[in-house]
Amino acid sequence: MKRNLVLVFCLTASAIKAQPTNELDALKRQLQEATEKFDRSLQEHRKIIDDLNLRLQHMQAAQTNGVRDQGLVTSAATNTVEADQSRLTSAATGLRLGTRSAYMDIGLVGTFAAGSSTASDIEGGTQLGGHDPNQRGFTVQGVEATFSGAVDPYFRGMANVLFSIDAGGESFLELEEAYLETISLPGNLQVRGGQFFTEFGRHNPTHPHAWWFVDTPLVNGRFLGPDGLRNPGARVSWLMPTPFYSELSLAVQNSHGETAASFRSSGHVHDDETDEEVPLAFRHADNDRGLKHVDDLLFAPRYAISFEVTDAQTLLLGASAAFGPNSRGGDNGGNTDTQIYGIDFTWKWKPAKHQAGFPFVMWQTEAMWRKYDVGEFDWAGEEEGQIIDVGTGAPALLPGETLDDYRFYTQLLYGFKPRWVAGLRFDYVKGEQGDYERLNLTVDGDALGRDLERTERWRLSPNLTWFPTEFSKLRLQYNYDDRKGIGEDHSVWLQFEFILGAHAAHQF
Amino acid sequence: MKLKLLWFTTALTLAAQSAIGKINVVATTADFAAIAREIGGDKVQVTALAKPTEDPHFIDAKPGFISTLNRADVLIESGAGLEQGWLQPLLQGARNPKISGAAPGHVQGNAGVEMLGVPASLDRSRGDIHAEGNPHYLIDPMNAKIVAANIAEAFSKAEPKAYETYRTNLKVFQEKIDARMVEWEKQLAPHKGASLVAYHDSWPYFAQRFGLKIEMFLEPKPGIPPTPSHVASLIQKMREQNVRVILVDAYVSRRQADSLASKTGAVTVPVSHFPGGVKGTEGGYIQLVDYLVNSISQALASAK
Repeated sequence: MKRNLVLVFCLTASAIKAQPTNELDALKRQLQEATEKFDRSLQEHRKIIDDLNLRLQHMQAAQTNGVRDQGLVTSAATNTVEADQSRLTSAATGLRLGTRSAYMDIGLVGTFAAGSSTASDIEGGTQLGGHDPNQRGFTVQGVEATFSGAVDPYFRGMANVLFSIDAGGESFLELEEAYLETISLPGNLQVRGGQFFTEFGRHNPTHPHAWWFVDTPLVNGRFLGPDGLRNPGARVSWLMPTPFYSELSLAVQNSHGETAASFRSSGHVHDDETDEEVPLAFRHADNDRGLKHVDDLLFAPRYAISFEVTDAQTLLLGASAAFGPNSRGGDNGGNTDTQIYGIDFTWKWKPAKHQAGFPFVMWQTEAMWRKYDVGEFDWAGEEEGQIIDVGTGAPALLPGETLDDYRFYTQLLYGFKPRWVAGLRFDYVKGEQGDYERLNLTVDGDALGRDLERTERWRLSPNLTWFPTEFSKLRLQYNYDDRKGIGEDHSVWLQFEFILGAHAAHQF
Repeated sequence: MKLKLLWFTTALTLAAQSAIGKINVVATTADFAAIAREIGGDKVQVTALAKPTEDPHFIDAKPGFISTLNRADVLIESGAGLEQGWLQPLLQGARNPKISGAAPGHVQGNAGVEMLGVPASLDRSRGDIHAEGNPHYLIDPMNAKIVAANIAEAFSKAEPKAYETYRTNLKVFQEKIDARMVEWEKQLAPHKGASLVAYHDSWPYFAQRFGLKIEMFLEPKPGIPPTPSHVASLIQKMREQNVRVILVDAYVSRRQADSLASKTGAVTVPVSHFPGGVKGTEGGYIQLVDYLVNSISQALASAK
């Protein structure tokens, strides 16, 4: 066909030599049009051929696939081909990004809050979490982007990047998690490496959007830090061959950085440590012994078991611990350590007959105990914010000791009708009075009593959540705070959230 | 002492499992489990994760399921996103190469099924529409034959020695379906073109197979509960078109359907997609379709 066309062109070309110019132009135009038409038709045919080839390959693959050709299937075979064809055509209509249609699932969660409080120190005061509502008016609690998928046949990858704006209006970016995890190690083992939340109890490894309350429990805020305990490291877990669920895991992570609050960190995030604040244990966290030995890393073992109590009741019990050095070694460079122990209990009732997951009742409690070594510290060596011992009239010489703190929270959730959940949480934190708190101390002339970062306080938080769908939520929460040495505070927060793209399935 | 006893029991359980030598099959929902039992017979041990009375879109990712999946030789799931809210973290925790990814033990029930309602574009403002199409395909008996073949294929790969058994069981099941199909079509034939109301858009495959129209729903959009204005327009439409039958899934609150029925003079029919979801369907897939065809044809006859 092409050859014929070329022949026609040649003949036409030789004939027009004798023609006047206007006719020449007309012919030129015709020639151009014909060429264009030819190219178009060629492209169209190429497309049809490609499409047919693709379909043919697909059909052949479907017919020779597996046991089908051995005659197991009669009616299914024809159906397969039809379905594959329909899939092929639908795939050609446009780009689809969703579960199983791309190499990576991408999701975005935006969480915001609006509200007010009687407290004058909301951020870091009444609200200990880095992603809690942090000011009167509006708060961007976080906009999390999640990427996940299989890396190759050996690994699965996931990353969670959080964008936020603090109370001062400063934007910041956090790498919450980014790790790879093995898919099929033998012996029921699984290894994870990268940056991840330490699996300590129930709340710590949970991303903000999956919380049942607008804020972090006080116990988590004080022990595991405003942003939760998370750091680069590796974790190995073993699913034990028991008839019920039973999993043992050990994480080894760096022990320093702003997300290792009770360890080699000051516990403050986003560089907002202010000079007026009296630090934990009344001494600076500036004597970091660094990383010299393996045991200067953070070790976090966990053991969890779960049972079906009845057809409608599930129980999950866990014991966690975290061991590592801290940076309050004092003047003598003492090797001070922190040990945190936790137990958690989750009970859920969901009847055998439920609509969209409702009704349900869930009771979750976590209790923790922290032993925190502090080294001897002499304020004589410090120039700013000096703490004075009234007894001697000289800069305070604080003794080295081990501080004990106990804390827990307990929360009850009741999904009373589809899309509606009522919640109630009680938080309680307390530290045993340390020797340093018994001294008669002043800073800038003001008497120091109990350490406000360790003293007793409690909070009661009723809330009500409405989930229009599983992709959005509205939550109203009231907090009653009672802090020893500071007083009572009332806060009301309205939280709103949206999810775009892939919505990761919820853990139990 | 107690711990010792526990270990002993565990060891015994494991020993018992391997001694029997059955294929350990886990199905996400009870309908897949029922068909797996038909094909596997006494050569398989089948566990369904979701109970037949539960809303299959919203199952808790219970840690116990991780252990169940860890021991599975074959996993049967819809392949159409029905379990997307809960299955993924379980599979990740289960660390079982036999059922993960494209392993032959990982059965996508819908392989070879012509999916209905595949959206041309993905837009969540139209409600909870699955990218893979409407996932409730198994309620069409012809699709059950395809799913049964998929399952037989996976069983044959898991235990090639029993290939003949699975092949025979598949043939028996498919023939049973074909035989019953004649009856079912006869029973529903007088009602060709009849309109019914359902709570959720989970009946397009059934409607297409038996020539019914199930295109009005209590839900204004998939996954969105009924609103007063939507129900009002539904009442209007039901009156205009003289629609007198409402299908109510076992897991859905009956209150709204009953109120709609009383306002329109319609009858409600308790239905389920899962054997055991309504009383008298515990016997398996064919008994379930028997029940559905009987109760729906009776309701349509009485409502005339």
